[in-house]
Amino acid sequence: MSQKQYWKGLEELNDSTAHKDVVDNEFKESLPFEVSDKFLDAATPRRDFLKFLGFSTVAATLAASCEMPVRRAIPYAIKPEDITPGVPNYYASTYVDGGDYCAIVIKTRDGRPIKIEGNERSSITRGGTSARVQASVLNLYDKTRLRQPHAAGQEATFEAIDRRVMEGLASAQGQAYLLTSTIISPTTKEIITQFIGKYPNVKHVVYDPMSYSGMLLAAEAATGKRALPSFRFDVAKTIVSLGADFLGTWLSPIEFAKQYSVGRKLSAKNPVMSKHYQVESLHTITGAKADHRATCKPSEMGAVAVALYNAINGTAPAFANKNLNNLIVKAANDLKAGNGLVVSGSNDVNVQTVVNAINAAIGANGTTVNWALTNNTKQGVEADLVAVMNAMEAGQVGTLLVHGVNPAYDFAFGQKFAAAMKKVPVTVSFADRMDETAQLCTYVVPDHHFLESWGDAEPKPGYYSLMQPGIAPLFKTRAFQDSLLTWAGATTTYADYWKQYWMGKVGGQENFDRALQDGVIEPAGEMAVGGGAAAGNVAGAIAAIAAQKPAAGMELVVYQKISIGHGGSWSNNPWLQEMPDPITKATWDNYVCVSPKKAKELGEELTSITEVVNAKRLLKVKANNVEMELPMVVVPGMHNDVVAIAVGYGRNEKVGRAAANTGKNAYPFIAFNGQTYNYSSPATIEKGAGTYDIAITQTHHSYEGRPIIREYTIDEFRKDPGQLFKARENEIGHYSHLAWVTPEGHGAEGAHGEAHAAPHGPAAADHSAGVTAEGVKSLDEGFRENGTLYPNFEHPGIHWGMSIDLNSCIGCGACVIGCQAENNISVVGKKYVLKSQEMHWLRIDRYFSGMPEDPDTIQTVFQPMMCQHCDNAPCENVCPVSATNHSSEGLNQMAYNRCIGTKYCANNCPYKVRHFNWMDWNGADCFEDNLYEDYRRDDMNDDQTRMVLNPDVTVRSRGVMEKCTFCVQRLQDAKLTAKKEGRPMKDGEARTACQQACPTEAILFGNVNDKSSAIYKLRHDEQKERTYYVLEQIHTLPNVNYLSNIRNTDVIIAGDETKDGLLKAHI
Amino acid sequence: MFRRIAQSIFTTVIALFVFQVSSFAAPDGKALFQSNCASCHNPLKDATGPALKGADARVPSKEWLYDWVHNSQKLVASGDKYANDVYNKWGKIPMTPFPALSNEDIDAIFTYVNSVEPPSAAGPAAGATATTEAKDGNAWLYTVITLILLVLAIILWRVNSGLRKVAEQKEGLPSSEEIPLYRNKVFIAMGVIILFILAGYWLVNGAVELGRQQNYQPEQPVFYSHKVHAGINQINCLYCHAGAEKSRQAMIPSPNMCMNCHKQISEYTGDADHPLYTAEGERVDGTKEIQKLYKYAGWDPVKKDYIRDANGNVKATPVKWVKIHNLPDHVYFNHSQHVAVGKIACQRCHGNIEEMDEVFQFAPLSMGWCVNCHRQTQVQFAENNYYSIFEKYHNEIKTGQRDGVTVEEIGGLECQKCHY
Repeated sequence: MSQKQYWKGLEELNDSTAHKDVVDNEFKESLPFEVSDKFLDAATPRRDFLKFLGFSTVAATLAASCEMPVRRAIPYAIKPEDITPGVPNYYASTYVDGGDYCAIVIKTRDGRPIKIEGNERSSITRGGTSARVQASVLNLYDKTRLRQPHAAGQEATFEAIDRRVMEGLASAQGQAYLLTSTIISPTTKEIITQFIGKYPNVKHVVYDPMSYSGMLLAAEAATGKRALPSFRFDVAKTIVSLGADFLGTWLSPIEFAKQYSVGRKLSAKNPVMSKHYQVESLHTITGAKADHRATCKPSEMGAVAVALYNAINGTAPAFANKNLNNLIVKAANDLKAGNGLVVSGSNDVNVQTVVNAINAAIGANGTTVNWALTNNTKQGVEADLVAVMNAMEAGQVGTLLVHGVNPAYDFAFGQKFAAAMKKVPVTVSFADRMDETAQLCTYVVPDHHFLESWGDAEPKPGYYSLMQPGIAPLFKTRAFQDSLLTWAGATTTYADYWKQYWMGKVGGQENFDRALQDGVIEPAGEMAVGGGAAAGNVAGAIAAIAAQKPAAGMELVVYQKISIGHGGSWSNNPWLQEMPDPITKATWDNYVCVSPKKAKELGEELTSITEVVNAKRLLKVKANNVEMELPMVVVPGMHNDVVAIAVGYGRNEKVGRAAANTGKNAYPFIAFNGQTYNYSSPATIEKGAGTYDIAITQTHHSYEGRPIIREYTIDEFRKDPGQLFKARENEIGHYSHLAWVTPEGHGAEGAHGEAHAAPHGPAAADHSAGVTAEGVKSLDEGFRENGTLYPNFEHPGIHWGMSIDLNSCIGCGACVIGCQAENNISVVGKKYVLKSQEMHWLRIDRYFSGMPEDPDTIQTVFQPMMCQHCDNAPCENVCPVSATNHSSEGLNQMAYNRCIGTKYCANNCPYKVRHFNWMDWNGADCFEDNLYEDYRRDDMNDDQTRMVLNPDVTVRSRGVMEKCTFCVQRLQDAKLTAKKEGRPMKDGEARTACQQACPTEAILFGNVNDKSSAIYKLRHDEQKERTYYVLEQIHTLPNVNYLSNIRNTDVIIAGDETKDGLLKAHI
Repeated sequence: MFRRIAQSIFTTVIALFVFQVSSFAAPDGKALFQSNCASCHNPLKDATGPALKGADARVPSKEWLYDWVHNSQKLVASGDKYANDVYNKWGKIPMTPFPALSNEDIDAIFTYVNSVEPPSAAGPAAGATATTEAKDGNAWLYTVITLILLVLAIILWRVNSGLRKVAEQKEGLPSSEEIPLYRNKVFIAMGVIILFILAGYWLVNGAVELGRQQNYQPEQPVFYSHKVHAGINQINCLYCHAGAEKSRQAMIPSPNMCMNCHKQISEYTGDADHPLYTAEGERVDGTKEIQKLYKYAGWDPVKKDYIRDANGNVKATPVKWVKIHNLPDHVYFNHSQHVAVGKIACQRCHGNIEEMDEVFQFAPLSMGWCVNCHRQTQVQFAENNYYSIFEKYHNEIKTGQRDGVTVEEIGGLECQKCHY
């Protein structure tokens, strides 16, 4: 096996001395307080010592007064029948943010929503979630949410505001506009119609902060209907994405990730997977998963689409980038073979028209592109918004109602819009907080959080999803629909209206109850599939694209981060702010993504383009008549002439403390061509003065170059599926039998027979027959027993195990946030992330391979990493107080109250998954003025925010170590349920939070002792060829196994021995 | 001279120490009785099982008693007549087997049980303290004897040294100078060491006990007598504490739960048979306490209807009970695990709750107490199909290698069974 080289960043590839120092010092600071050198040399150290001793003794005595406080046990005044204290209730509901949709199940404990899971009954999201869906429960307890309606910035009553707004609407002075994000709720749409019926001068205008209008308009031209098609990534055998980040942020990522993973699961028995081509200008997680990836400038994307269209018709492309030409030819050939699918992230009508034409040409319509079942989640066209703004500027608007959007911030002409708002007499916002637009509005009538609301969604025609509250409204807020109903003069409440609507729709109380319980109402059977053939004016589109000369020089792309998205209330979500970006691994800020080559050209000294130094050089970016100075982050895989900046940052301080003063607002960089936005524009960049600290987790927890990724091309895998197993045998087979039992002892005498015999010598070649279940078993068990001098411990009953499929993992981070919500993991704030003190139990390591100078060679692998629950754990042996030890079920247990904080375990963990609580992250407010200097996370220390904590998990305090527990509280609960029913536990009953959050089913968990369990079958039968354990040669005996990454490509670009010289030369 | 004194003191201290240690090592009959037997047995009165005082003399033989305690069902099944008689007499409720109790443990329990004297006429409330004093009687006796011996030793030593001095004077030998005790370095050193040990013992014990509140018996906002409800009126514990079977929390019932019965029962009529007294001996008017409940529940006893506000909601307020059983936040305890799965009687941890007018914390609720029980208690291994996955133990039971499986053997002592 060639020695492939994977690296987290350039610093690791270079292995600079600065990086070595970082790696050597896992704990960047020895102690969080300063001890002066003079202390011990002072004239009277003894007296000082006594003073300290005396003070601390007295302080401890005072703090821990021996008096026991009187605690109260307060039951309900009237206990609700369906609540048993201590037992969670689950309610099916719907997550809606603008058009983004996910069917969810809310977990409530004692009346408080504490966790969100995917609803498996939905055939759209199918139980998947995203990081934002997982984090949305924290937004419910956001301290900056408005607690009552406001008029002119002052607290007011609903009645007063209602009167004034109704007067304004009735006066018919000028046009009135209702500005919303895409609305997919059928009842809300009806209410809006009713509202407009009452006030005919109201016009409903829809826009989406991140727009799909190019696609909508192209679809309208092609099919006559302004609606997006549904896609079938699960059916597609060839997927070509032209800049669409469909796994991360594009259109409906949860749905697509779920579908995509279907085509990416393969085994030795069935070594078939979809082929994914990606052409993009920045580096997205979709590009990271691509089998074949090429980069181009965003202005070339149209030309690439045309070239692909022509290549299908037999014309060879002629770009300067040979890899791109190669990709287009191959993709065209594969697309012609059938079951192809082309998607584009471009917002240009012409590009989308060409893409529609390609899909029509390859016969995708009706198979992978479904025009019969449209996708309703994005309906906004920004030209409408620009028209509203112009009308406002002209003083023609009397009333403006804003719901779900924030045009003063998330609009390319935000400042202009804000100025124009002053000319509108009555402005009303329904925002949940004083966001940039609400601050300018005369009235703010806060809407409920979606976890407090009744509602519904229709993401696809006929596919309904009901929303029910998990908690009564926390504050004096009112549903948006109720406000409209009141103003329209209706006397019913929205809740009644909604119930009546759905009772009528499903027919009867019984059906209604069932629908509410299921959360979704869907037609029976498979989704209808159909296709319009028409593709619009293709020739015209091609001509228009040809007319646009690709700009010379640099280009700027404005993109969405997977965590923060378009901004909104997400900007003030500390979980999301601290979630490392899948590609850049940066937290808490936005920045300019620059390719390594460009960074070097800018004349950066080597140390500052690597990630070792927190202080990032500021870069002046000028585009679209806007100039901004932002820190520069080097991202391998970026096109050399492209820089990228994320939206969702640079928020006003009233949006919240986590959002304020983080990064800068990138929306003004968006260009408008009179019809649609263009998310890229020509730009100039130059080195700015000074630096800015960015908290990047990339260099934390280094593996120091140990081989932990196993990756193969599909041809390698097909030819010899057993090569990974052979490599394992070479590594550990030697230890898997006792030295005095002859390895050649084929047959009777040896306790461990031939299967793991002689890894040395030609005998190893005997395995061409393939990997056998016995072979795997004897290697694993032999190594377990004989690879150590120490006794082997039994696991009677249960032995937990987890499997992570590197092929399915898309790095989206849903598991990271799912874990954070389930296990009360603290947010530490930017200041402490800079010190490597982040607490995430589960992190997703991202490894690049390839040559940094050439973005087309970059291949990226994600590896979720958490405690491996080693059966022979190095951390357990070094704990002086036995605070971490092993259970008979194979769990590496951590007893917090036993831990004295020596950190020996973290030093001895080869997987670097242990995290030390340097501060009291959750109870710092118990003393006054005791919050941390990094005010950004301080909202976490608050009784309101603490309502999100899971009562079944201890909240850790300062001075103790913590790490993944395999969600032991869930395991205990599953066992208890089975015990109470007097039956053995079923496979799949105990699920970890990460497993449940994962949209691609990359994580499998179960009892390995149960031979009928999925995890046992996977390890010993279905995936025995791809199974490996990270660093297993050191005999840690991890209980987490990984499945090798298989890329459907000709070559895995990773610096091997011969190319290493080349690799070095590039830097 | 010095050496002699040192020697004598040394031997005295050693003797005292050995005496102390040996008293530590012997099984503590009271503790064993309370943790294992007290849920069903009272030393003096018949409860679920017979009164235990003098039971060791009643039974056929000591060996019979050991067998009975270790596994009574085995003895019954063997056809032993006395065993069957006892079994039938006590309503065929099998006694929990205690295979972990050694013969010495059982002897210790009976030594304790037999030493229990009926409480004097100090009143019903003094019961708990009375038993404690009865047990402590022996310790006092030993202390007094030790003190007398110590004083005797000192007198003898003084006499001895006085005589020697006289003898030496007589013989004209130069007598060593008398050093007063308070300046004798050996004495001072010894004193300091003893003080240090005592202070250390006190400090460690105090620290260990910090946060524990065995026998905690606070005054509650409503004088709710478990004895009246669970004892005299035989209401099932789970009727009110319904969560005990389903949830982590046993659940304190809300006032509307009480109203299920108290809509009808508006006065306490048991004063003749069972007058209510607080622990301080004050008389309690049960009817007044029921009135308090009505106030909390929002019940109008005259109109016999709930008092409602404008929206039709009952004007009820929760009762702010004082929490007696407190576990630290880092302990996960699940009632349903113990009640529904382990089939542990409530009394095992909460004591004879049906005898308590005012509840006190019966068990220490210390980790050692939990662990001890997990070591000794057998799980419902054969009865609960969940445990079918433990093939090894099932085979061992089949081959007779073991009688049953304790909680410890299925991982009940592992940290993350209770701490996560």
